[in-house]
Amino acid sequence: MSYRIIHYINQFFGGVGGEDKADLPPEIREGVAGPGLGLAKLLGADVEIVATIVCGDNYCVSHQEEVGAFIVDALRKHDAQALIAGPAFNAGRYGMACGFACAAAAQAGFISLAAMFPENPGVELYKAATYIVPTSDNARGMGTALPPMAALMGKLLRGEKLGSPEAEGYIERGVRVNTFYEKIGAERAVDMLLKKLRGEPFVTEYKMPVFDRVTPRPAVEDMAHATIALVTSGGIVPQGNPDHIAASSARNYGEYDISGVTDLQAGSYQTAHGGYDQTYANQDPDRVLPVDVLRDLEKEGRIGKLHHLYYATVGNGTAVSNARKWGAEIGAKLREANVQAVILTST
Amino acid sequence: MPVVHMASIVPISQSVGANRIIPTVAIPHPLGDPTLDAAEEKALRRKLVEKALTALSTNVSEQTVF
Repeated sequence: MSYRIIHYINQFFGGVGGEDKADLPPEIREGVAGPGLGLAKLLGADVEIVATIVCGDNYCVSHQEEVGAFIVDALRKHDAQALIAGPAFNAGRYGMACGFACAAAAQAGFISLAAMFPENPGVELYKAATYIVPTSDNARGMGTALPPMAALMGKLLRGEKLGSPEAEGYIERGVRVNTFYEKIGAERAVDMLLKKLRGEPFVTEYKMPVFDRVTPRPAVEDMAHATIALVTSGGIVPQGNPDHIAASSARNYGEYDISGVTDLQAGSYQTAHGGYDQTYANQDPDRVLPVDVLRDLEKEGRIGKLHHLYYATVGNGTAVSNARKWGAEIGAKLREANVQAVILTST
Repeated sequence: MPVVHMASIVPISQSVGANRIIPTVAIPHPLGDPTLDAAEEKALRRKLVEKALTALSTNVSEQTVF
């Protein structure tokens, strides 16, 4: 079996030009170009780079929909199985472009792989969507970047079972897989503790997420004229959970209109949260999302108004990366709606 | 815009980085208490929400539990 792949590079590595050509729309060239020459030699006889997509970094980042469609179309037309992108080293927009290109290919069902410096912003954005091979921070590291890219792409194409990210040489994607161990969890935990006590190195089996810190925002000066929004991780949703927010490991959040609602009644609202006893929240959803009290305070002029939309998800085993993304989206929507402050309730 | 986090387990609010924190009643009913009668329970909820408005109206320089 032989495999056909397409290589994605930017205007610089495509030999078109530097920053002045960063607005270049995507173009396709038959065969290899730029770093693809080196890559082709490493990929093995059964893998052929059939075409190269060259695209300006600015163009890609600002025309994602169009570039994504271009890439998927090229893969289909060339009967290719995979997209390989970069390496982008520490070029931020190139890293984002490579990550995006691979994510677009992956979403359409193609194998994809990018390579860049671990601190490239493209890593944080796209590591969950594609495989990213770590590289040095500049193009002097080309020689060491290409062999692991070729090796991992070969494995992916051949459908070989992958080991851990460390063993395979790609950046951890935040994917959990089941593994069998000789020793049960309790024994491994005690072993780990003993190593820790002896000051010996040990490897955790479950890394704790690193949480963000945000500079406190200034206070609301005029509460009597402020619009206040409600957001909750306690899973309060309209009865029937119309957006199917999962009881645990939620994959989405909901936006619900409470115009004219003065009290969350049992039977009209419920909780979708599977991590606590739902009895009390279902009896009176205001116990989690205090709409009744905020309507009173609104009527009394203590606050300007309660924002007509509220946002809800279930905070129960939910991936921090998802929560961060939704938080940013909700924040942007609230800012656009001129909301001055947020009450966030959690169970 | 300022955000106030109303939740029952303060160390979690702190570890996720909330800057304005209001400790609440209990995990399954942060803003209620089913052992109270309806009027008392609503008064309790109102007290907590008023505290949240105070937190939103107060400048803080670091994580603060109100």
